[in-house]
Amino acid sequence: MNKSLEIRSIRKSFGSNEVLKGISFRIEPGEIVSLLGANGAGKSTLIKILSGAFSEFEGDIFIDGQPANINSPLQARSQGIETVHQKINEGIIAGLSVAENLLFDRIATRDISAFISPSKMVQQSKSVLRELELDWDDTILKDDVFNLGIADQQQLLLARGLSHNPSLLILDEPTSALSQVETVHLFKLIQKLRSNGVAILYVSHRLGEIDELADRLVILRDGVIQDIQKKPFNWNGALHDMLGMDTTESDVQRKERRGDVAVLEIHDAKIFRNSDPWSLDIKKGEVTGVIGLLGSGKSEFAKAVFGANKIFGGTFTLNGHEYKPKSPTDSIARGVFFISEDRGNEGILEGWNIAHTTSLPFLERISMGKFLRFDQESDLARKMIAKLKIVAQSDRSFVDSLSGGNQQKVMVGRWLMQDSKLLLLDEPFRGVDIGARREISRQIRDLVLTGSAAIIFSSDVDEILESADRILVFAEGEIHHDKYLSETSRNEIIQKMSEVA
Amino acid sequence: MMFSNKVSSSVSKDATRDFLVKYGFILVTLISFGIFFSTQQTFRLSTTFFSMLKYTSVVAITGLGITLSMAVGGLDLSVGAVAGMSVTLSAMAMVVYNQPTIVAVGLVLLVGFLIGCMNAFLIVVLKIPDLLATLASMFVIQGLKLVPVNGQSVSSGMMLTNGTTAPGKFTDSFLQIDGGQLGVIPYAVLIWGLLTVLIWLFLTRTTWGRAMYAVGSNPEASLLAGIRVKRYRALAYILSSLLASISGLILASRIGQGDISAGNSLLLDSVAVALVGTSVLAMGKPNAWGTALGAFLMGVVITGLTIAGFPYYGQDVVKGSVLLLALVFSFTLSRKKARFISAT
Repeated sequence: MNKSLEIRSIRKSFGSNEVLKGISFRIEPGEIVSLLGANGAGKSTLIKILSGAFSEFEGDIFIDGQPANINSPLQARSQGIETVHQKINEGIIAGLSVAENLLFDRIATRDISAFISPSKMVQQSKSVLRELELDWDDTILKDDVFNLGIADQQQLLLARGLSHNPSLLILDEPTSALSQVETVHLFKLIQKLRSNGVAILYVSHRLGEIDELADRLVILRDGVIQDIQKKPFNWNGALHDMLGMDTTESDVQRKERRGDVAVLEIHDAKIFRNSDPWSLDIKKGEVTGVIGLLGSGKSEFAKAVFGANKIFGGTFTLNGHEYKPKSPTDSIARGVFFISEDRGNEGILEGWNIAHTTSLPFLERISMGKFLRFDQESDLARKMIAKLKIVAQSDRSFVDSLSGGNQQKVMVGRWLMQDSKLLLLDEPFRGVDIGARREISRQIRDLVLTGSAAIIFSSDVDEILESADRILVFAEGEIHHDKYLSETSRNEIIQKMSEVA
Repeated sequence: MMFSNKVSSSVSKDATRDFLVKYGFILVTLISFGIFFSTQQTFRLSTTFFSMLKYTSVVAITGLGITLSMAVGGLDLSVGAVAGMSVTLSAMAMVVYNQPTIVAVGLVLLVGFLIGCMNAFLIVVLKIPDLLATLASMFVIQGLKLVPVNGQSVSSGMMLTNGTTAPGKFTDSFLQIDGGQLGVIPYAVLIWGLLTVLIWLFLTRTTWGRAMYAVGSNPEASLLAGIRVKRYRALAYILSSLLASISGLILASRIGQGDISAGNSLLLDSVAVALVGTSVLAMGKPNAWGTALGAFLMGVVITGLTIAGFPYYGQDVVKGSVLLLALVFSFTLSRKKARFISAT
């Protein structure tokens, strides 16, 4: 089973745009190689080539020293390459049960008959789960996969991939949907696989994870390998290679700001049926960071403030006035804006360009009567593109054709172009490269200087430490920690998060 | 050298494809028009041209309604039934109850509006998927219209159930809707043109239209962007029904009696022209001018072939082929993914 993978001079172009310009590296059995690169560096393209999604490319792939033909996902699998993609929707088959999803590959290749009885199916799928040390009972396995949370769906895909005993495992942002606890669990598993001799290609934006896991680091920029590092990693150099610019320390260190005037007063908020009510003031002039695991109630709270969700109790006051949003339309009119954690399903409109996407929440403001003013619309979009340094050909470029970081800049940026009282950002840094992350973070800090308030919701400690002035720890619908950045520490935050678990 | 050759040839290939996707359908329309124009003498007459447009206007206006329901990501299957209901209703008003034109027209539009509201209620409030809700209301409307007329077509001078003769007839002014013309242009064609311009302005130039396309593209994202999704879906179905009842009025004026089978084939024809419309200029989305051009092409091909002696029973084959061609432009050749009917 223990096989090495070597790629030599891989090139790939889309039209006249060369995305990979001769990539060569090796992964040994029992080695974790991490692929680091900003959005648009060519990581996804390389992964798609290795997983058989692109059959047309130049260069060679060798498995165990033998030339390998990888022209389809099925061929990749038969050569022992298994990929767990970042986009969960592309792997999960909605409408089938959890068990059917776990065994889907084998049903598709007819290794398992499509007429297998449900109880046999459940038995077989349990053996798939054993590898992952997941303990899902029969009711879960028979349930529609749609009812699984996003983290569990991710685990399902991983379990399905591992059931083929791969010699090379490609993990693309595997933790982006996982909570801290699940991440720890996943890391243990990955280390076990390494000791079993599996070669692993690990792709992530989270440097902490890479530092913990990877044996070697391959840094990609503009389709070219900039450097390959061995442990211990020189992160300053790695970031330099990845971003192509100096990342000075002062960029990370910043002054903590404290506001004094409350924008949003929350009285007796009850997030879940059985959680205790709490009260809180969100102040202008500072960035509030809410950190919590999946299911901590932070998304429920955010959507409730935005009028997109109901909670079990509590009242709000906005700038001293009663605030009872019945819908997002209401809250937007009051200056309370929200950016969803799910950019693909709740943010981007397929086939829409930047200008149209930007103006959508504020159509009334770019129109005369009910008639749209296209000049004002383009103007607005161009200003946003300049303000957030969005890389796009024009304001008429499709948002879905942009890289992840630039997509997110549009999603955040369109709300920054209008006066707001409170900006709610749910996981604004998910699937976003470091350059975009810093830019978005900087923009939010600039925003609160103008008298707005902002709340960033995240499950990543480092993201919160990097972007927030005041830090709240959420767990089970309640607040477990409320300190300013300078009064708390990474360890304390993690400890507060894990106290409940 | 070889490398650069390869690149340039693939670039020109892409350019040809993009050109085909964008202008292919307009070319097909011009070519078919040209062929019939040069080979069929009758086709060259201006009267043929205008009667063709008049004939097409009913399908085209209903197609505009379909365009609106497709814009919000749904499909209104009840449009044909609404048009049929309008024919029966206007006949009843004028022939059985001896009412003036204004009452017949007002009644038809009112009922069209109410059916639209009912569809909106089923879809928005009761949360029944668009296709299924309008399928059900299609059946109900088709059945309901037969009740007051005992399943009979209504024509002037007919015997009523109480033994008397129907007192009224289709009024002259009502018959003018389809029969009359301004200069050389029939009123029906004027109505079609006017409605096309209005719907085009509505969809592309107003906040309402933009919001409708947003709802059709991603209802969840639209909701979180503050768009009142339910309101716009409701509006689309109400307008769709109203447009169907207008085409029903033209149809009634043309037939001159309350034919109970009127409007039967209207649904499929108007869905076809709206779908064809999505491929025009590579719009990839339902749009007013596309629908108008789609209807025009269908009209040209059917009229041309009929003049050339093509049997009437073969018409559906032709319509289907035109639709298929349009779908090839939208899906097979286009690199931009066409988006409509997401609600299925």
